[in-house]
Amino acid sequence: MDFLLISTVKVVIILLVILTVVANLVYVERKISAFIQNRIGPNRVGPWGLLQSPADVLKLFIKEDIVPAKANKFIHTLAPVISIFVALVTFAVVPFGDTVDLFGHQVKLMIADVNIGVLYILALTSLGVYGVALSGWSSNNKYSLLGGLRSSAQLISYELSMGLSIIGVIMIAGTLQLDRIVELQRGFAWNALFTPIGFITFVVASFAETNRLPFDLPEAEPELVGGYHTEYSGMKFGTFFLAEYANMITSSALIVTLFLGGWQFPFLDRLGFSPLWISIIQVLTFVTKVAVTLFFFMWIRWTIPRFRYDQLMNLGWKVMLPLALLNLVVTGGLLLGGAYDTLYELIT
Amino acid sequence: MNGEKKKQIRGKDLTLWQRTYIPEIMKGMALTFKQILRPKFTRQYPEERWNPPPSYRGRPVLVEEDGVERCVACGLCARVCPALAIEVQGAETDLEKERYPEKFEINMLRCIFCGFCEEACPEEAIVMSDEYELVFTNPEDAIFGKEKLLMSTDRLKTRLEFLRKAR
Repeated sequence: MDFLLISTVKVVIILLVILTVVANLVYVERKISAFIQNRIGPNRVGPWGLLQSPADVLKLFIKEDIVPAKANKFIHTLAPVISIFVALVTFAVVPFGDTVDLFGHQVKLMIADVNIGVLYILALTSLGVYGVALSGWSSNNKYSLLGGLRSSAQLISYELSMGLSIIGVIMIAGTLQLDRIVELQRGFAWNALFTPIGFITFVVASFAETNRLPFDLPEAEPELVGGYHTEYSGMKFGTFFLAEYANMITSSALIVTLFLGGWQFPFLDRLGFSPLWISIIQVLTFVTKVAVTLFFFMWIRWTIPRFRYDQLMNLGWKVMLPLALLNLVVTGGLLLGGAYDTLYELIT
Repeated sequence: MNGEKKKQIRGKDLTLWQRTYIPEIMKGMALTFKQILRPKFTRQYPEERWNPPPSYRGRPVLVEEDGVERCVACGLCARVCPALAIEVQGAETDLEKERYPEKFEINMLRCIFCGFCEEACPEEAIVMSDEYELVFTNPEDAIFGKEKLLMSTDRLKTRLEFLRKAR
């Protein structure tokens, strides 16, 4: 009973937080893009334009929901649901803090403490392609179909290098449990320092997984009108939009968890805070790290132009995959040579 | 530019480090980050209005001097107007100028703001003002009669001075 209650509370809190953050990320992205282009950005709705996102969401709710003639109505409705489902559910295994004592309960600050967390993530991120591909197919529109096809090809090519670059982390940590992986990254023993190649390939692959620039070919406006969501309107379109940003949050959280030390604040235990304060600082550390990664996502988007399709495939298969394999070999060699153990002693 | 032909750089001329895109990407990122800190160009329009320079061609107006328009209804402006936007009907008056426009209408939906009327006018009676906000909700409102076209010399001072200098 206790377990059920605590889990439900955690799920509700995290869902609420993510959905609010997602809505406001749109505002943040518009502001950042404006600043990069020497503009001011939204500033009319509410103070500093802060009410822009609620206004946009309201507008999307009021708009007419159009399903094109001859479209497969069931799948057309199902596709955005799959997209947002995958984006939100992946967050279940991400640890955002250490175990806390709350009201006499030992509460682990993650929703589901799965011992195969990494596998769970890989499985769900590959499900994400169904949302995009099905929406493209069910719309009965050639541009949507092309967008859906592109995204499936892209996701398949980049999932390989993504999975392979995670293996480096698993080899070092020796576990698939995400909270254990974070625990091992004490001090500055971040996996990004141990497997730099794996870190880079994982970040690039997450850009491709989230369909963000420079890999946003599934919705390349100049070529495909709107890509897979051309035929969507109203809140169904809004759901795709939310899914994109939720995916960004999840990817950032994964990058932070796997490579940037998760909720670990370097040498926090030596500063002598009370346990409650330590937990709060750890959660804040996680939030800050994710925020910085999110800023990086947006910064990249407004800097780098989109790849051509053949460049995308070349990069995926001829550069990323060999690099990820090389990362495996190098990590394995260093692990055998015992280099990590000495390094680990030095840093922590 | 200076006679030297710039050498074209091809992919095979690049070093391995350059071929990874990473240096160029970092350059680009540094550039965009610098832009974030720079001052913004946006003008907060309805609150912060733009004052056009005297050379600006806003909506054409009739110059009003001592409560009467300068126009003598010669019809040159209507003749020269490429968009056929101006309609003038003259009549006689006891004033010194002897003729005045009984009816002077500019269809602002037709006007293209070329300023030919201003150039053609022998009396400096029709000039381009600095007003650029033209809004109407139906075609009838777009036809500006004399009451809307008249504008005092004080208001048009900078434009009139500019025209004298330019001629």
